[in-house]
Amino acid sequence: MKLFLSACLIMCLAIVSLFIGVAEISSYEEFKSVVFLSRLPRTLAVILTGLSLSVAGVVMQALAKNKFVEPTTTGTVEWAALGILMLLIFWPEAPMSIKLIIACLFSMVGASTFLFILSRIQLQSDLIIPLAGIMYAGVISSVITFIAYRFDLVQSIWIWIQGDFSMILKGRYELLWLSAILCVLAYFTADQFTLASLGKNTALNLGLNYHLTLFWGVTIVALISGITVVIAGIIPFVGLVVPNIVSLIFGDHFRKSLPWVAIIGTGLVLACDILARLLAYPYEVPVSTVMGVVGSILFLILLTKQKHHA
Amino acid sequence: MPSLSNTVAAKAKQPSSSSSGRALTGFTSGWRILLLLTLLLASIGLFLGWNVKASWAFTLEYRGYKLLTLLIVGAAVSIATLLFQTITANRILTPGIMGFDSMYILIQTLLIFLLGSVGFATISPYFKWALESAVMLGAVMILTSILFRGTARSLHYLILVGIILGVLFNSLAYLFIRLLDPTQFSVLQDSMFASFGSIEPSLLLISGLVFLLAIVVLYRLHSELDVMLLGRNSALNLGVNFSQRTFLVLALTAILIALSTALVGPISFFGLLVVHLTYRLCGSYKHRVMLPFAAILGMLTLVFGEFLLQHIFQFNTRLSIIIEFIGGTFFLLLIIKQGKA
Repeated sequence: MKLFLSACLIMCLAIVSLFIGVAEISSYEEFKSVVFLSRLPRTLAVILTGLSLSVAGVVMQALAKNKFVEPTTTGTVEWAALGILMLLIFWPEAPMSIKLIIACLFSMVGASTFLFILSRIQLQSDLIIPLAGIMYAGVISSVITFIAYRFDLVQSIWIWIQGDFSMILKGRYELLWLSAILCVLAYFTADQFTLASLGKNTALNLGLNYHLTLFWGVTIVALISGITVVIAGIIPFVGLVVPNIVSLIFGDHFRKSLPWVAIIGTGLVLACDILARLLAYPYEVPVSTVMGVVGSILFLILLTKQKHHA
Repeated sequence: MPSLSNTVAAKAKQPSSSSSGRALTGFTSGWRILLLLTLLLASIGLFLGWNVKASWAFTLEYRGYKLLTLLIVGAAVSIATLLFQTITANRILTPGIMGFDSMYILIQTLLIFLLGSVGFATISPYFKWALESAVMLGAVMILTSILFRGTARSLHYLILVGIILGVLFNSLAYLFIRLLDPTQFSVLQDSMFASFGSIEPSLLLISGLVFLLAIVVLYRLHSELDVMLLGRNSALNLGVNFSQRTFLVLALTAILIALSTALVGPISFFGLLVVHLTYRLCGSYKHRVMLPFAAILGMLTLVFGEFLLQHIFQFNTRLSIIIEFIGGTFFLLLIIKQGKA
């Protein structure tokens, strides 16, 4: 019931989002073309991105066994951006599908190397993991800046990877449905992630095929990161704060909490996108900037919370 | 991580046992500083005199400004990092990681936002600088008093909060810039990356003066800093007014960071690298030695790095990007090493 009500709330936000725009609409024909070519695709893209980024965050947190990581703070997304940069250098006219494949392959490398680094660190504190992740991401992005600077592509890559929905039109967002399908698949395998998050030994004792689950999880995270980076750019903190908020309220049983993660994630990104469009109206601010502010504040609140009951 | 301050203190008590000193045992600290100074002078010579194509007068003036900037920034960032590590009694914090320099950028952006870009451009650079530093000082004081209240907070908690605060300040600054005026956005964005290119002479003058002032204060403080390295309790027992001195040192750190950020923009990891090399190479844990050593090493790294980059490799890139890469990797290694220890 609660789930249904929240879904209705998201619908309202989505409808609000449909009615924001600069275009003057006088006739029904104009309305139809604006809505179907630009606004509906945009709203759908926002919804799909919010949904899949938060699911990717949950899966990443299960794999890393830590509540303070997500693809954008562990280098996964940076690797995807590196892949796109490579394509910009070596094959600028590559079709969308190639871009997508390369970005996904690169983020696969990113996610697995991060998990590999984790397996090498002996943990003293939970907070080492996000710290190492952030530094790893920082190193990769300085590599990106270095290469981009060498090839005079700073501007292009910056535009590519900046999280922004203003360029979304009909025909440019449909691949996001793929990541939504991945989220559904993640829902059906949710129990395995719950087990994997208990740690390797426990999971093996309980009869889980741990390595297969790990591989499946990395694949989901990498594909979602790759797709969203190619279509919408980097949107930070969604995968980090949404699962944490949900787990504070609903606990850590993935199959139960996953729908909530999806709904709250969608709502957060929708709200931020609406804010991004209204703040400097008729111009717009990239949604990644708004999310940077909102997300970091929420993250700081979560950090202090965690300290209190630890 | 309660043992960390103890380890630092223990190391401070027995400089001879450090793994570092062994490589250069034959030299006293004085000789090491002298050696470093010679290297610095040599690189300055190379930087100024290599491959001069235009007239000497023009080249010297052009390169001289840049050299002064590199020297001031190199010394200021290194000293600020060393001070920060001394008073926080740990070795992976730098003011940059704690979000100090993004705070400076946020303050600058807010000033542009409030005064308008024309108003911002017309106020005297001296006044602007004083205002920015004052605001920054206040903000740093508030922030650190919140962050360091209560000793129970773990080191990793502090760093993580610092990094996220840095992200927050950056995003806020960026948001204000976008709200300000979309057409000027690209111009303003330029000032957000560290660059050693275009420097205002007036800014250089203030920075130099303030830097010298900071050196004088530090020279008077050095013995108390040695005692503070032993930790709060020992310092109090030995008669140092710990909280008052901490306040003073933090203020100095904030000023040094403000001046170097004003000159070239944020460079987070540079100080970390230099200060760690200083611990390894300078062969003493007295600030009387460490401070000049770090300062000279910082200057040497920047001047020589820039020389290599521009004249030898003819790289079309910015030194700050490379520093960021090396420093970030180094920081990662430090964290992993600490996790293993």
